[in-house]
Amino acid sequence: MCTTCGCGQGDVTINGEVPHGHAHTHNHNHNHNHNHNHDHDHGAGGSRIVEIEQDILSANDHMAMHNRQDFARFGVLALNLVSSPGSGKTSLLVRTASELADKMPIHVIEGDQQTSLDAERIRQTGVAAVQVNTGKGCHLDADMISRAIQNMQLEKSGVLFIENVGNLVCPAAFDLGEAARVVILSVTEGEDKPLKYPDMFLSAKLMIINKCDLLAYVPFDVEKCVEYARRINPQIEVLQVSALNGDGLGEWYEWIAAQSEMLQRDG
Amino acid sequence: MHELAITEGILRIMEDQARQQNFSKVKTVWLEIGELSHLNREAISFCFRAVIKGSIAEGAKLEIAHVPGKAWCEQCDRIVELSKLGDSCPICGGFELQIKDGQEMRICKLEVV
Ligand SMILES: Nc1nc2c(ncn2[C@@H]2O[C@H](COP(=O)(O)OP(=O)(O)OP(=O)(O)O)[C@@H](O)[C@H]2O)c(=O)[nH]1
Ligand SMILES: [Mg+2]
Ligand SMILES: [Zn+2]
Repeated sequence: MCTTCGCGQGDVTINGEVPHGHAHTHNHNHNHNHNHNHDHDHGAGGSRIVEIEQDILSANDHMAMHNRQDFARFGVLALNLVSSPGSGKTSLLVRTASELADKMPIHVIEGDQQTSLDAERIRQTGVAAVQVNTGKGCHLDADMISRAIQNMQLEKSGVLFIENVGNLVCPAAFDLGEAARVVILSVTEGEDKPLKYPDMFLSAKLMIINKCDLLAYVPFDVEKCVEYARRINPQIEVLQVSALNGDGLGEWYEWIAAQSEMLQRDG
Repeated sequence: MHELAITEGILRIMEDQARQQNFSKVKTVWLEIGELSHLNREAISFCFRAVIKGSIAEGAKLEIAHVPGKAWCEQCDRIVELSKLGDSCPICGGFELQIKDGQEMRICKLEVV
């Protein structure tokens, strides 16, 4: 069937349990259709034309807007971490959670097709984490996040890290309501990734180049990587880190603090 | 592959419209997909055929209009054509480009009975 990961809904679980229906805290009955639904007769055959003019992703975007409102109400900075499998998202989060937990409230949502391994790695630091399993799905969507945050107590002025499913393609299309997207690229993947998977780099505010401790062993041209990323997205910010030995993490924490301040200031 | 989730979204939109606008069958679907969007047209057509089986759109024709990519070039101070992300400005060769058009993924209209 589908060539990469055969995405499909319907087998999503949150902390191992199948969420019951659409239990949104807010009511979605209000109609946000900005469509002008004119019917036109289409002559013979009894068929007619219905004008819709709707974004295909409007349902997800609508839910993302509600998530964004929820985050704004709590002043919670939501960051959507995306990368290919194994770039070091969880390693970075484990370290970030343990080093920032005494400075600000930290929340984590882990997205994977299967297992709660990543959420368990986070929980070992003492930080609460919700695991979303997407089953065959290859990305998180706004509805999954809406359901996941019902399982958490968001704390004022905290940070919510959302680790997306390891996949450099599909998560790009789905707004989760985050304040910013952070794309992580590790030096073992090659500097050409921004050109090969441009959608993800276009929508990211920050690119983290991880596993910089390995720069001595693998050919990876950091300068070129940054140049490629800025061909796609001239505004993208860049940090070089090693989640293993901690290099560059100070700047990552400063970046987070700056985003959080910006959010509190601008509402 | 997100095209499947997205195609399922298209079906959901059609089913909602069927309830609101009282129709029971979709004969043609018109989409508008930008050259710079996340979507691959072939993958959408492929998933569409799979997703509509047994639905109100079973057997429906899919018409995909292509929207060319356009960007604002900082250097040239004008709108230029951009056929894919990562390309340079066709005039000055620079990359200071801001996308203006070609990211749309819209369902435009339906032919229904
Ligand atoms: N040398 C080195 N290894 C790292 C670094 N960060 C992560 N790793 C290793 O890379 C592997 C994958 O790390 P994870 O943190 O599980 O990666 P991930 O992005 O969460 O992976 P998925 O959730 O499966 O997509 C593990 O073996 C880590 O120990 C780093 O900075 N340097
Ligand atoms: Mg992980
Ligand atoms: Zn130019």
